[in-house]
Amino acid sequence: MTAGIDKGPAAVGQPRARRTLLDRAWRELKKAPPTAWFGMIVILGYLILALFAPWIAPYGQSQVFDMPYSPAFYEPGWDPHFLLGTDQLGRDMLTRLIFGARNTIGIAVATTMLSFSIGGSLGILAAILRGWFEQLLSRVVDILMAIPSLIFSLMLLSIFGSNIPNLIVIIAVLDATRVFRLARAVAMNVVVMDYVEAARLRGEGLGWVMRREILPNILPPLVAEFGLRFCFVFLTIASLSFLGVGIQPPTADWGSMVRENATLITYGSFTPLLPAGAIALLTVAVNFVVDWFLHKTSGLRDEH
Amino acid sequence: MSTRKKTPSKAGREKGEVLLEIKGLKIEGFADDEWHPIVNGVDLTLKRGEVWGLIGESGAGKSTIGLAAMGFARPGCRICGGSIVFDGIDLRAASEDTRRKLRGSRISYVAQSAAASFNPAHKLIDQTIETALTHHIYSREKAISDAIDLYGRLQLPSPETIGDRYPHQVSGGQLQRAMTAMAMSCRPDLIIFDEPTTALDVTTQVEVLAAIRDIVDQFNTAAIYITHDLAVVAQMADRIMVLRYGDTVEEADTRRMLKHPEEEYTRTLWAVRSLYKEEEPGEDVILRVHDVDASYGGAVKVLQDVTVQVPRGRTVAVVGESGSGKSTLARVITGLLPPSKGEIYFDGQPLPRALKERDKKTLQRIQMIYQMPDTALNPRHMVRDVIGRPLEFYLGLRGAANDRRVSELLQLIELDDSFIDRLPSELSGGQKQRICIARALAAEPELIICDEVTSALDQIVQEGILRLLMKLQEELNVSYLFITHDIATVEAISDEIVVMYQGKLVQQGLKTKVLKPPHPAYTELLLSSVPQMDPDWLTNLLEHREETGGMRAAGN
Repeated sequence: MTAGIDKGPAAVGQPRARRTLLDRAWRELKKAPPTAWFGMIVILGYLILALFAPWIAPYGQSQVFDMPYSPAFYEPGWDPHFLLGTDQLGRDMLTRLIFGARNTIGIAVATTMLSFSIGGSLGILAAILRGWFEQLLSRVVDILMAIPSLIFSLMLLSIFGSNIPNLIVIIAVLDATRVFRLARAVAMNVVVMDYVEAARLRGEGLGWVMRREILPNILPPLVAEFGLRFCFVFLTIASLSFLGVGIQPPTADWGSMVRENATLITYGSFTPLLPAGAIALLTVAVNFVVDWFLHKTSGLRDEH
Repeated sequence: MSTRKKTPSKAGREKGEVLLEIKGLKIEGFADDEWHPIVNGVDLTLKRGEVWGLIGESGAGKSTIGLAAMGFARPGCRICGGSIVFDGIDLRAASEDTRRKLRGSRISYVAQSAAASFNPAHKLIDQTIETALTHHIYSREKAISDAIDLYGRLQLPSPETIGDRYPHQVSGGQLQRAMTAMAMSCRPDLIIFDEPTTALDVTTQVEVLAAIRDIVDQFNTAAIYITHDLAVVAQMADRIMVLRYGDTVEEADTRRMLKHPEEEYTRTLWAVRSLYKEEEPGEDVILRVHDVDASYGGAVKVLQDVTVQVPRGRTVAVVGESGSGKSTLARVITGLLPPSKGEIYFDGQPLPRALKERDKKTLQRIQMIYQMPDTALNPRHMVRDVIGRPLEFYLGLRGAANDRRVSELLQLIELDDSFIDRLPSELSGGQKQRICIARALAAEPELIICDEVTSALDQIVQEGILRLLMKLQEELNVSYLFITHDIATVEAISDEIVVMYQGKLVQQGLKTKVLKPPHPAYTELLLSSVPQMDPDWLTNLLEHREETGGMRAAGN
């Protein structure tokens, strides 16, 4: 449906009162489905926990008490000092869960951002330059994508050593391959537009064409992808930590918390499931929001 | 179905009986959380064998009414009032199932862009007979032989085998005729033609128009013909209805309507082609394209030995059908496609061939305006950025000085300051094109290449844009290289005309010389194919061509 037809004569030629960005955002929010609201509230909650962890958490993240495996409130013999009990070394579970949010989410956000800056800029560049540059990059990406990424990152982490900067860079580079493909595909549709040609005729440099002409027009799919990628990165970090090469102790993080307390599950306690649940909840929430956003920007409309 | 008065027999189609009656039709569209009226109470009574022309600017509700005649509203639109009775069946009250049975078999539709309407993955013949098969009207063999018969009647080349081709293997004009064959396949009582020739060249348009008129006549089919081109509707329609903002302005017999339009608005529509500029020869040559060849990588030359001159402060129009190399010429001049042979001189100096080798100063002097203002403006840039960027880039204007100049330029293109913070989606087609003009002017160029700048616009808007371009030329002494396939535009605004055909130059000369006979054969074909407001024009032209056996369009 073209805009010219459905707006009718009233919209043509007459200045329409411009809504402010905030106003428009609020109107969209009011129409958001409950799932999106749920997602946003959960994400907001996580963000608050992550940002204010030291003030919210009852203890320090690696503060050890002399009572390992203290039961949680839903188990017999609960110690009211430790709401969710303690782990194998006697550290408070609740505290570590809260700090885990901070560490895991922080690293995941940094990794996703890095992978988007690498993949996004190379993808747009490939779409503009075409030729051997695009071919070379695309084939390299194909090769990287052909290797199972978990095994590949495991290998790289064992080679370069498992610390947080390495973790971020390696996962970011591996994930950038997906971003590259998406960015290149959507930028390809924009590059052929006359306004891009007009900018080139004006003599604009590559940087301007990428940043000002193309990027704003491919932002919606990239933002949606950002949400999804964030989930995947988050899960990868958790899996790597679970395997022991991710975030190293004593830093609290949800993946390694699952591993460290895994034995408890054989005793009928579901404490190890708490960090797993925290991961699942955030993933679901992010997906709800992304889903709504995709629906908004893809131009799919509800039939009236 | 019980309301149907009589079963239609294909043989007994008598003229004069009422086929479609629309009364007080009201349609609304949904935008910005509200329902806006698109059509407010239109009446239309179509008899069998009659052709109605609906004309008006875009947004007048022509297409919406055309679709409503099938009992259909686009997604986001709804029919909210009035009645639509087709051969005794009330389409608004009828079930979706009943309506679906009518569509394709008794009412069919020919869309504007055949290229976008055909499925590229299927052969033409399969798509042509699909409707007849789904409605169980013919057997497959019968349907195929019938389709071949229709292809023949529509004068498609080799009708027996053309159906085996895929849509991309035939030309635009042929595709449009194949679509007409598709619409005809069930011998419907009513066909709705929605701008079927708007996307075609004049030379191709003549052939499609003739084919459509002929076949509608042969089967005594009623038709609604939607267009914004008055000269075309004059050839096709028995009655004309003028629409504006979803209201009927007036409605009358074609001949009467052309001779004695009653309403003021109709008269302005009729008067559009009155624009004319006296030609002035120019001595001071600003751009000289000398003996240029160009090709897109391969061995096929898209341009061959082309020599064109543009005098300072004058307008040179380049005309020719699609594939004639007009737009390639523009790409060569701008440096997007370096020529394989020949030189381009600008203001006496040779221009570097490739865009990369040209400096800012050179780029600034040649600007370009595009055919589609929709794609020429970045949808995420506000008017302020669009016009302000060349000011900053070429002239180094920033901050308040930049704002001041933007608002001066807006005044120059006859828009006010309220446009400064708008996005392209908040502008009409004509306003967008004006912004594109302002963007070109911001660079203070000496030559502007206008690539079909008016062909995507309505006639009234076109006239406004052309007047603006002429006014700007007078004030700023800027030169135009005006690429177009619309001869009426050329006649109106050019000083000199360049005729191109299949990458070669046919003629260059002053306007009056080129337009005055005797012409080279191709110029003759091009000029004679431009529809005139005379309703007998097409008939006379076809007779004349039959007698003389002149050349045909390159696309066929």
